[in-house]
Amino acid sequence: MTYVITEACVDCIHRDCVKECPVDCIYEGARALYIQPDECINCGACVPVCPEEAIFFEEDLPESSKRHLQDNADFFSQALPGRSEPLGSPGAATPLGRVGVDTPLVASYPQRETSS
Amino acid sequence: MSEAGAGAGGARVAVIGAGPAGLYAVQALLASGPAIHVDVFDRLPTPYGLVRYGVAPDNQKIKSVTRVLRTAFDDDGRVRFIGNVRFGVDIRRADLLENYDAIVYATGAQGERRLGIAGEDLPGSHGAKDFVDWYSGHPDAAQREFPLDAASVAVVGAGNVALDVARMLVRAPEEIAATDVPDRVLEAFRKSNVTDAYLIARRGVAQAKFTAEELRTINGLPGVDIIVRPEEVSLTEEDERMVASNRQLGANVAMMRDWSQRPSRGKPRRIHVRFLRSPVRILGERRVEGVVLERNEPLADGRVRGTGEFETLEVGMVFRSVGYKALPLADLPFDETRSVIPHRHGRVLDEKGRLAEGEYVTGWAKRGPSGIIGTNKSDSAETVSNLLADLAARSSCKPRDPRRIIDCLRDRGVDYTEWANWLRLDGHELELGRTQGRPRVKIPTLRSMLEVARSSGDRGATGHMN
Repeated sequence: MTYVITEACVDCIHRDCVKECPVDCIYEGARALYIQPDECINCGACVPVCPEEAIFFEEDLPESSKRHLQDNADFFSQALPGRSEPLGSPGAATPLGRVGVDTPLVASYPQRETSS
Repeated sequence: MSEAGAGAGGARVAVIGAGPAGLYAVQALLASGPAIHVDVFDRLPTPYGLVRYGVAPDNQKIKSVTRVLRTAFDDDGRVRFIGNVRFGVDIRRADLLENYDAIVYATGAQGERRLGIAGEDLPGSHGAKDFVDWYSGHPDAAQREFPLDAASVAVVGAGNVALDVARMLVRAPEEIAATDVPDRVLEAFRKSNVTDAYLIARRGVAQAKFTAEELRTINGLPGVDIIVRPEEVSLTEEDERMVASNRQLGANVAMMRDWSQRPSRGKPRRIHVRFLRSPVRILGERRVEGVVLERNEPLADGRVRGTGEFETLEVGMVFRSVGYKALPLADLPFDETRSVIPHRHGRVLDEKGRLAEGEYVTGWAKRGPSGIIGTNKSDSAETVSNLLADLAARSSCKPRDPRRIIDCLRDRGVDYTEWANWLRLDGHELELGRTQGRPRVKIPTLRSMLEVARSSGDRGATGHMN
């Protein structure tokens, strides 16, 4: 079980959740953030701080966002575009820094204009 | 470059309390640059505070936050753990002011609020904190006994601690056996007669402070029905507005209202959630036999008022869980009204409201007993950023000998422990768990904790600190 960041994060990336996450398991791609499901401890601290309301517990995902459960997992378990190895479980997002690449799903979203 | 300027060069910081608030403060201090050295004191030989002694034993996933908290000690040269040292007894404020450039108080909330009703001191009436201490294997509760001989128990409160207590009480013994509770606690649960736990919430369903994770956990208990009365989960207009504007609250309220529609599944044990009820008296001659509840009606602003309608709930135990409470620290200012150390954004204020130079506060001692583990990360970030700004503004820090505080403890005969001692105890508890097929088995007395922490292979850690 895990929390999941959905399409509402794409091109927003406020990072309030990153500051709040007690285990530093929210990683930054290029246009969106992703939760490492094996590192997430299900505390839910990220949910109320997200100004986009982009974060859901996996069982509470709206139908239209359900594919992000697998997509958040894929960000870590599949080799990202341009990389030969998957990220796996790096243990902490901050030391790793911005990964700078997204999953094919997130990359496929049309660019959004945001105020942030 | 480091946020802390030249003034922070070689600064030494003491953090009092190795719980989440203290350890997130340590991480923020370490992240500021290479110049700062930190000593973390705790009154116990164990780190992690309420993660070890508050988070319920059946929530090992939340406890795995220690994976991150322990990284504060990875940097041996810069961070020392100094355990089994009581603030105000073994070490005083003046000692710290003399030996450190800054002090961060992260002492949490060691006390607990009372109900203030008749019968509260009858045998069978307990503070939830004592019960939590006991099942968590806290050495303060090592001599306590909690015979779980009543069939029905009341838990007063509408927060996560109340829910933890109710849930632990209705867990099947084999579920308790899958946790890290001490052996004698497991024994007591094996003999438990409890079948019904009544959670008594003063206010309505929309004001309950349970987190989603806690609600999901009781929702998934295999041997337990959750019983909620439909007439007790109605929403006021103001509630409706609040619920509509807060997705998480909306989901929580929806789950609890669903329970009120669910038929009993005939499970062997039950959690009854009673909203809009206040205990007014605990009944019993020689021990608790019941509790009188008054029905409350909700007011528009989320508060409630008593209706003068009463009912008696027959229960053999009452646990009050209406809030942990910080206690005053020796020689430090304290805000009696709010039960916190007075501060401005984490900078401690003296009795006259002036800044106390070099002293800071974080966590529950700062904001009161609210929030979840993650809340302490941002809370400590605020405190530490102010600490670093103050250090940077100083022209320089005094050169300080890190051995002085250790000598001071030794001179007083304080039996302090180090990180290596904790690692030994940790390894021992994990090994005990492995032999029993459990995640860990806690050692519940201070004496045996210290024995294990200093057992074979230990070259006398206390002689090697520098």
